[in-house]
Amino acid sequence: MAGARGLALKRPSALPGFGLALGFTLTYLSLIVLIPLAALVLKSATLGFAGFWEIVTGARTLAALRLSFFTSLFAATVNAVFGTIIAWVLVRYQFPGRRLLDAFVDLPFALPTAVAGIALTALYAPNGWIGSWLAPLGIKIAYTPNGIAIALIFIGLPFVVRTVQPVLEEFDRELEEASATLGANRRQTVFRVMLPALLPAILTGFALALARAVGEYGSVIFIAGNLPFISEIAPLLIIIRLEEFGYAQAAAIGTAMLMISFGILLLVHLVQAWQRRRFGR
Amino acid sequence: MTDAAIAPLLVTEQRGTTVTTEQWPVRILLIGVAVAFLVLFLFMPLAAVFVEAFRAGIGAYFAAITEPDALAAIRLTLLVAAIAVPANVVFGLAASWAIAKFEFTGKSVLNTLIDLPFSVSPVISGLIYVLLFGGQGYFGAFLHSENIQIIFALPGIVLATIFVTFPFVARELVPLMQEQGTQDEEAALSLGASGWKTFFKVTLPNIRWALLYGVVLCNARAMGEFGAVSVVSGHIRGKTNTMPLHVEILYNEYNFAAAFAVASLLALLALVTLVIKVALEWRYADQIAASRRH
Amino acid sequence: MDARVLNEVNYPAAGDRGGTPAQWVRTVDVSAENVVRIFGTTPALHGVSLDIGAGELVALLGPSGSGKTTLLRILAGLDVPTSGRVLFDGEDALKLTVQERNVGLVFQNYALFRHMTVLENIGFGLRVRPRIRRPSRREIRRRALELLDFVQLTGLEKRYPSQLSGGQRQRVAFARALAIEPRLLLLDEPFGALDAKVRRELRRWLLEIHTKTGHTTVFVTHDQEEALELADRVVVMSEGRIEQIGTPDEIYDKPNSPFVYSFIGESSVLPVRVEQGKVWLDEHPLDLAAGAVPSGPARLFFRPHDVEVGNDLPGAIPGVVQGLRRHGGARRVDLEVGGRGDRVEIELPADYSLNLSGRVAVLPRRYRLYPATTQTNLS
Repeated sequence: MAGARGLALKRPSALPGFGLALGFTLTYLSLIVLIPLAALVLKSATLGFAGFWEIVTGARTLAALRLSFFTSLFAATVNAVFGTIIAWVLVRYQFPGRRLLDAFVDLPFALPTAVAGIALTALYAPNGWIGSWLAPLGIKIAYTPNGIAIALIFIGLPFVVRTVQPVLEEFDRELEEASATLGANRRQTVFRVMLPALLPAILTGFALALARAVGEYGSVIFIAGNLPFISEIAPLLIIIRLEEFGYAQAAAIGTAMLMISFGILLLVHLVQAWQRRRFGR
Repeated sequence: MTDAAIAPLLVTEQRGTTVTTEQWPVRILLIGVAVAFLVLFLFMPLAAVFVEAFRAGIGAYFAAITEPDALAAIRLTLLVAAIAVPANVVFGLAASWAIAKFEFTGKSVLNTLIDLPFSVSPVISGLIYVLLFGGQGYFGAFLHSENIQIIFALPGIVLATIFVTFPFVARELVPLMQEQGTQDEEAALSLGASGWKTFFKVTLPNIRWALLYGVVLCNARAMGEFGAVSVVSGHIRGKTNTMPLHVEILYNEYNFAAAFAVASLLALLALVTLVIKVALEWRYADQIAASRRH
Repeated sequence: MDARVLNEVNYPAAGDRGGTPAQWVRTVDVSAENVVRIFGTTPALHGVSLDIGAGELVALLGPSGSGKTTLLRILAGLDVPTSGRVLFDGEDALKLTVQERNVGLVFQNYALFRHMTVLENIGFGLRVRPRIRRPSRREIRRRALELLDFVQLTGLEKRYPSQLSGGQRQRVAFARALAIEPRLLLLDEPFGALDAKVRRELRRWLLEIHTKTGHTTVFVTHDQEEALELADRVVVMSEGRIEQIGTPDEIYDKPNSPFVYSFIGESSVLPVRVEQGKVWLDEHPLDLAAGAVPSGPARLFFRPHDVEVGNDLPGAIPGVVQGLRRHGGARRVDLEVGGRGDRVEIELPADYSLNLSGRVAVLPRRYRLYPATTQTNLS
């Protein structure tokens, strides 16, 4: 029975091993990812909707979620701007050290977040290399929400660069030439022809950086200061609740964060689908 | 910048038609902005790790990384990676074989689900296992009666690590194998090779560099994961502390030099990862999946 | 006239497409003087000189790598010659940037902006003008709609380029280039990306447009049929040089080099010898005049269909039939000629009776003779 049904769902193929490969894949996926994530949703469901809502909108939770979201939004925006500039420079200009810079863009993916966290703290603490320059100006970075933003910029940097870079590499130079022959100066060509064409890639990178930043923990907690209502991020609050054995509360906050992340990624998919339908490719 | 460094920026066409590029002051400005940004956000933190690590001298550095708790953390990190990475390699191979070589209903859903762990916060990645296996978790009572410890022990750390590194290998292999199609395998089978032989002699050699690429990235994340492991580890010194957790403990005890010394080992791992990654991208660009994102 | 002053000429309303070219646009004559372009160390153009009259439709014809696109890009201002001059109406065009040159360029793959609608694409050149010369939004829209009518795409203004067929995209690219009221229209392989049927339709359409607008127009093509059918004059290029400039008739009937002869139309070639003003094949004197060709080895070019055939033709080329192929309404015959096994191809009526290995004598009705030292770039 099961075999017959499996055949109907699969196009016939001469290659062996489909059953084994798919069976293993689905089992592993279920055990490692799906069942544990279901446990999260199940646990927060035990609170009932009212209970869930009460926790998520509790003053401290809301402050943490708000802080996580808005500092992430700020960091992703900074990355959208500078990431685009970096991608542009790496693709369009030849200069000594270009390939080294290109390789280094991925450092935030490779460097453990805890290491990034303590390194950034060392730099931006009032007695650090950068912090000691800013302190006399009255600017505090470490142990404030500013520090959180710095850490989130660090971990989100590669996303925009790596989504914009391939699009820019494939960008048809004839479009720029067409724009110029039609009388557009370089600034007009860049802002009216090129950036609109890059916008979907920039937005995708922005959203990926945002989704990553909302959940980020390791690089942030060292530099944040972690004061409730001021510099306490949502992931840290989960850990605090967990240490108090508030499993359901932790699960509720986690579910809220998951919903934010998935919402962002869903938006990306919608934007991409819309753009494919409209502009082709 | 020196004149020699600027010169290549200025030479475009003989007469300087700049139809498809910016004028040189703009170019220099943009390069300056990009370099400054990367120096500020990438090079300086990296440099800070090594400077701080050696601040107390070389003797203190080696003492910090050879002290028993540090060695235990290193051993645990290697052990966790040694379990998690092969597990995800096997999964990646199975998933990419099913997805790339066959047409079946629900394929795109499966493809999306594989990437799911990337969009889950590390803390949540740890939390879900606590909810299942923790003292008050769904299976907590059962595990306690059977005297099995998962949370605050090696199994929990391994599970959390597998979760966060789950997609790395699969996402490098699936697009590449889809691109390669099924002709090679069909040829091998028609020549009389068995299924397993076909896989090991035909498929695997075709994807070996992409597999290595995925393994390197997977390993870097496995050894460096902090948030997820932090939730399930319990922070027992010398027992359930991985290297990143050991860094945290030392740091919180204001033992900065030691914290940075251990951190420098992880930074070194990151650098080696980048070098291998770039080398693979340059040398085997065509044999690595088109997607270079993570 | 100051070249930087744009011609403020209004296009006639949609219903009124008549009028002489002069009412349409003030277009320019174009001269290239000894234009050289060297990329690194590779020369792409070796001293090209060319005069194009106002309102003329000129084809740049040549195989790939002949430098025709480089020349077009230099005229457009997208590339700069290493040396030489380009004049529009006698004024130095090289002093003008691309933007100032006001040249309408239609790209091979159209280069339409994917994120703009058809109407936005057409109006782009007007929208990016400096404020003093920029028409009002309504005026831009009106003109773009008018051009859309003019290229017969009425009603498609809200579409995106991805929603158009190849032929429609081509027309939008055309309208976009016309919108800036160009002084010169340049087309790079305008029909290269289209299938054969659409291509024929658009050729006729292009001729109509040219008659109506009267722009000086230069188009690049590697398709001789297209060049001969459309152009007032054809410029045949090869390896960065101009081989010949002439009307389609001159190019086809009086090719001035072996290259042009073999590049345009079909040709058969036979190595011969010129002595004392006569043409010799081995030891046979042929009934062909050598004209001004000096004594020595030479090559005889003729069109396969332009031959007389018979067995008793005096001074004809004797040959043995080696192959027979049906070719449309005619028959193609491979002949082995002379003692060295040279082969030529001729075309005979399909009902002409011939057998394999049969003997036949051939005399070209029209032919060209070139000294053998002349290089043939295409063989």
